[in-house]
Formats: sequence, C-alpha cells, structure tokens
Amino acid sequence: MRAVRFSVVTAAATVAALTAVTGCAEKSDGKGDGAVQVVAKDDACEVSKKKLPAGHVELAVQNKGSKVTEVYVLFPDDRIVAERENIGPGTKATITAEIKAGSYEIACKPGMKGHGIRQKLEVSGGTAAKRSPEMDKAVAAYRTYVQDQADETLPKAKLFTDAVAAGDVEAAKKIYADSRLGWERTEPVAESFGDIDPKVDVREDGLEDGQKWTGWHRLEKALWQDKKLGAEEKALAPTLYKDLLDWQKRVGTAEITPTSMANGAKELLDEVATGKVTGEEERYSHTDLIDFKGNVEGAEKSYELLKPIASKNDAALSATLDKRFAELNKLLDTYRKDKTSYEFTSYEKVGKADRKELSDAVNALAEPLSRLAAAVTK
Amino acid sequence: MSEETQNTAADAEGPDSGAPAAQGPGGAPSRRALLGWGGAGLALGAVAAGGAVAAVRSDDTQVPAADSGAAVPFHGAHQAGIATAVQDRLHFAAFDVTTKDRAELVALLKEWTRAAERMTAGHAVGDGAYGGLAEAPPDDTGEALGLKPSRLTLTIGFGPSLFAKGRFGLEDKRPDALVDLPRFPGDNLDAARSGGDLCVQACADDPQVAVHAIRNLARIGMGRTAIRWSQLGFGKTSSTTPGAQTPRNMMGFKDGTRNIAGTDTAALDEHVWVGGKDRAGWMTGGSYLVARRIRMHIETWDRAPLQEQEDVFGRDKGEGAPVGKAKERDEPFLKAMLPTAHVRLAHPDSNAGATILRRGYSFTDGTDGLGRLDAGLFFLAYQRDTRKAFVPLQRRLAAHDALNEYIQHVGSAHFAVPPGVRDKDDWWGRALFS
Repeated sequence: MRAVRFSVVTAAATVAALTAVTGCAEKSDGKGDGAVQVVAKDDACEVSKKKLPAGHVELAVQNKGSKVTEVYVLFPDDRIVAERENIGPGTKATITAEIKAGSYEIACKPGMKGHGIRQKLEVSGGTAAKRSPEMDKAVAAYRTYVQDQADETLPKAKLFTDAVAAGDVEAAKKIYADSRLGWERTEPVAESFGDIDPKVDVREDGLEDGQKWTGWHRLEKALWQDKKLGAEEKALAPTLYKDLLDWQKRVGTAEITPTSMANGAKELLDEVATGKVTGEEERYSHTDLIDFKGNVEGAEKSYELLKPIASKNDAALSATLDKRFAELNKLLDTYRKDKTSYEFTSYEKVGKADRKELSDAVNALAEPLSRLAAAVTK
Repeated sequence: MSEETQNTAADAEGPDSGAPAAQGPGGAPSRRALLGWGGAGLALGAVAAGGAVAAVRSDDTQVPAADSGAAVPFHGAHQAGIATAVQDRLHFAAFDVTTKDRAELVALLKEWTRAAERMTAGHAVGDGAYGGLAEAPPDDTGEALGLKPSRLTLTIGFGPSLFAKGRFGLEDKRPDALVDLPRFPGDNLDAARSGGDLCVQACADDPQVAVHAIRNLARIGMGRTAIRWSQLGFGKTSSTTPGAQTPRNMMGFKDGTRNIAGTDTAALDEHVWVGGKDRAGWMTGGSYLVARRIRMHIETWDRAPLQEQEDVFGRDKGEGAPVGKAKERDEPFLKAMLPTAHVRLAHPDSNAGATILRRGYSFTDGTDGLGRLDAGLFFLAYQRDTRKAFVPLQRRLAAHDALNEYIQHVGSAHFAVPPGVRDKDDWWGRALFS
C-alpha cells in the first residue's frame, strides 16, 4: 500500500558483501574452457566443477531430461545470484555471473518447480565474508515462504482477474480478499520492488498527480461501491495479473537479511496499525480483518524463523513476543467462525471500542517486535 | 505531623515564577548540565535510605526557587506534583490496564518508576535517544533532548476500577475514600474521557517535556496498559505559592485564590495528605485526586454583560477582589455576594471548612465541529478524603452555582494517589502491591 522500501539493513556479520552481476543467457557458445558444465536431467544435476576462482563465472547448461527446467546459482540464503528459466528438453543455455569468494549452490529445477536438485559450489580467492549458517538458514526459509506465498497467490489472482474481466461481480467479490492474502503476508518484501506496489496495491488517496489508478483497490471500489464492472475495469484485470506475475518472478531476488526480516515483521504490524485498524485499507469491501490476519501471519513467520537466534540473545523478549502473538491471534479469532476460516467479520461492523481493543493489541505486539532486530544482531 | 514535606524552599516558586529567570547572559544551563544536581540529590537519597529520606530532601537539592528549568526531586514522603509549586503546562493521561497478570502490572510500575526518576531529572529513558544499534528503535523518543528538566513532575494515581473484584486481588485494599463519584446534576460525562485504572499527571514548564514524559511511559506500558484518554493543559489556573497572583481562567477571571499553599504543611496535613490517623494503610502519605474536564460555553460567556460575569464569580474582573473589597487577597465577605455566586458557594466557610488543593489547567482542543471553541478548565483537585471535600462541594455547586449556565462537566475521574517513592529501591505502588 504505502510505497515504503523494505528496510534493507546490512548487518555486517550476516550479509556478505557479495555484489553479483546477474547475467542472462547469452548467445555465446557456452563452451569456453572455464565454463562449468551443468547437465540437467529429470532426476539429476551434474556439475563438472565444484571449486572455482572468484570472478567471472560461466555455466554451460544442457537439459538432457524430459521436462523443461531452470537452473540457478544461489547464495547460501537462497537469494538468486543468476538464473536461467525455460530451458527446454534437449536444449542448451549459458548463465554468466560475477561471483566473489564464498559458498554457493547450483540448483536444477526439473519442471521449474520446488527446491530443485542442489550441488555445492565453492568459490575462492580474495576475502570471503564470514556468514552465520544459522542466519542463512532463517533467511533461506523465509525466502522459500515468500516465494510460496507469491506462487499460491497467482492462481487466486487469476480467478479474481478472470472474474473481473468477465464482468462477474459476485464471483469477483467472493475471491477478492483471498487473492490478496499472500501479498499481505509478505508485503514488506513485495514493497521492496518499489515499482510493483504502486501498481497493484495503491489506494485512491495514495495516487500521485498524473498516476493512473490500477490494482486491487481500483477494482474493489468498482465492485463494492459502483457495484458494476465497466469496460475500463475489465481491461485493468489482466494488467493486475501481469503485475503480480512480475512480483512472483522477482521475489527470489529480494535482498533479505535477518534484520530486514525482523524489521519487516514490525512493518507488517505498522501496516495494520496505520491502515487496517482505521478501516482505510478496505474502505469499500470492509475486508480489513483478513488483511490484518495476513499481516500478522507474515510477521509471525519471520519471527518464528528468527526465534532460535533471538531467544538465545534475549530470552525475555522472545517470551514476550510469544505471548503477544498468541494474544493478538486469540483476539482475531473472535472475529471469525473457526480458526481455519478466513471469513472475518466485516470491519464496518466492528465498533469503536472493539477497534481500540484491536489497536491496543497491535501496539502491544509491535512495540516489543520493534526490538527483534536488535536481539538478532546482538 | 512532624515529617517534612517535599515542599521546601527548593520547590517554592517566587513571585516571578514562570519567567525564565535563570537564563543569564551565559545562556540557560543545558538539560544535561542540570542533570548533575538531580543526580547528586538522588544519590544522597539512596545513601540515606530508610525512613530518613524525607529529611534529606530539605537540603539536598538547592534548586533555585524561580528557575523554571530546574529539576524537582522525585523521591520523598509524598509524590511531587501535588504540593509542588504549579508548573506552567500539563499532560495528563488515564490508562486502562490491559494485562490480567498482576506480576506484569507490578513489573510495569517498577519500569515506570525508573523511567520517571530519569525523566524528572532531565535524563533520557533507558539507553537514550541515539547512539544505539542502527537497526533498532532507540529507548527514548528524543523530543526532549537538549531541553532542561523544566520542573517536570510525574504523579501516579490508581482508579477505582483497578480494585475491582477478580482483577488483581486488590478489592480488599480499595480505600473507602476512593468512592465512585456520584452523578452530579448537569453532568454530561463522556465515557471516553472518564475513568481509568491508572493516571499519570505530568506537569512541567515546557509542554514538550510533559508530552515526552507521557509518550515514553505510554510506550513502555504497551501490552500492559493502553491510554484511555489524555488531556493537555496550557495555563495553570491556580497557584500553590503564597503571594503569587492567581492565574486567570479561560473566562478571564481569577478563581481559586484561596488555595492551599505548598509551604503550608499544617494545611496540607489537614486537607491533602492522608494521615496515619485515617487508618488508610498503604495510602498514608498519599492523597485523592479528582480530575474533571469542564467545558466552558465560551461564546455565550463572552456575550454576558460584565456585571453578570462579576456577579457569577463574586469577584471583579480587573483586580479579582471579592465583592466590596479592594484586593484579590482581601478576605471575602460572602454575604455581600449573590447566593449563587461561585466564590461564595465554593468557599470553605460555606462548606464546613472543606478545602481542596487545586492544580487545574486551561485547555483548548481546537473547535468542536460547530465552530465553537472546545475549551475550558481541566480541573484537578487533591484532598485527604474526597467524600468530605470534592463531593459535598460539587453537590453544592452543581445545585446552585450561577456558573453552571456557562459550563458543563464532560469528563470525570477519581484516583487514589499513593505516597511518594522513597528511594532508588522503592517504586510506585509498592505499599499497595506488596
């Protein structure tokens, strides 16, 4: 919603100063002497070299499997160094990158899905920054979560945008909130791509002069206030889907660190505190509580992944956070039928005193959550 | 009572109070520079801990009487902010306790006490407002950096709801005097501006210092307390300093001339401090606070003829002298006033000697949507027993006061204000919770 940059905080101990220049496949023959030969099969990922000097690296990929595949070079926390998608069966491709010393993984993903088949790659020469495996693990797991959320959102977004394009108001209303859930859970990462958020999640009052209003809330207004879908709205639906595809594709490249995860969790609560408890976010559909829940779930995921580190450094803080997350979730549960349902009470039916109670509960969690980054970096 | 009150020469303001008297040609002492004094006082207090603390107060901090930037000692037999010379500004906050856990509430009160010690001495909260981890928010919010202590006092109170059965096991400790205030005729109370489990009164000569204090306590309290309502006050409407001119209220009148002086220990013991004889246990040395948001119908008042205005109060507008007298402090002849005159009705002689200590402030919260000034008096009164002071007094006023045509009580709260924090190991409410 707000065009806020994901706070990318560089923690010296955690983020290697790895500046990778990602190179896409070139037309080059890919058979240079220094190239790492990668043979991708349906059940294997064979790599000719596992140790390389730092610098310019070239991967010559051959898909000898039956499925279309993709190959990645990944940082230890799963951030993408370089990648090549859509390598058809029987075809070849080249991946190039500038890589500094450190540990990496090469991943082949037959069928372009899942964790892939992994191979280690050691790059030496120069100084390699020291990394904490514990932190890499947390970041990698969170990256997987963020990608999963994007992957799960796309089919729902498709249902939504298809319904809008077809002019089916009722069907579109039904799937609207659900189509946003994955986005809401990972909003700080999504917002780190400054160009996507203003296209998909901006509200009318957030528009800059001359900016065209597109995205979920534009359609929300049409569905709930205007109660009809005109030609313009119908035409906006595929644009929203396309922008979300862009998000799904780029999520893996987001810069994520343990401290940015921690502060991202806090930022998710900030989203609740400034937009949801006021009812501003979903002013036409009044589905604010679903977004609210999504924000809390996303924050909780970050916290759970960082907890092994945080609880060692500040046990009192993690005890407080456990308690506050439980309290807020319990309070939210009173606004839905059962604990698995994402059908929440319409926010226009939530009275002033109850809104204050929700706001107090958000503050109760967000305040200690703002200290999580410190606990992680101690 | 022979015990020393905290209102020593150190606290007393001179006739020039309010003026930035201490700002010599060399510039005002910085907030940081002043810390040393408060710090020294605190250290002394700690050394002398154990009953004799109050005695230490009388000479440990020679804060210049008229220095509006100085620090008021936090520790003492009574809480500062009651008999303390009235500062220029107020931020008053009432809190709901949101935790159900008594231990969490106690931990909060201890944390608040430590933060209050620091802030009243002009220090930042915790590790300060800057210089810490870049990835984490600072402990202190920072807007009081570089400002003087500004005579900040922080005074805590406990509302009747805190003693409710099934909450914190305090029902047997609720003082009899902490009554549920009766409904007075003409009250139009807004629940959102009334009540509260806890209150903190922050008084200071600099509004930023008072706001900073409440903001930081609110922040520390999140998850355990939540602000229920708060009120900013800007012009003190009473004085606890003998000889000082009574400040004017929003109606342009001096009201409350006959206030209890902060140096009048006999009157304080009789009318303000809960004494040992009251058999009040944990409240001995404390007081009872009534807070009322009194909205004034400013526009209609401004259209009232001068004679009516003066008759309503029973004073003249220029000097503030009682009817038929020449000077503000001349003894009023009550019978010369209309039977409905405010001064006549409020005077102790009309109320069997009942006397309260007033610390009210004017407020203006902008306009009310109808273009009317949302302004009035935020009335704060301290007394030894509310049943014998505010309640009968307000009953009389609500029934007869000519002023009622121009005012309306819109917020109301009552708090038991515990005795002072004695030393570094003591904390707000220890006697109640231990």
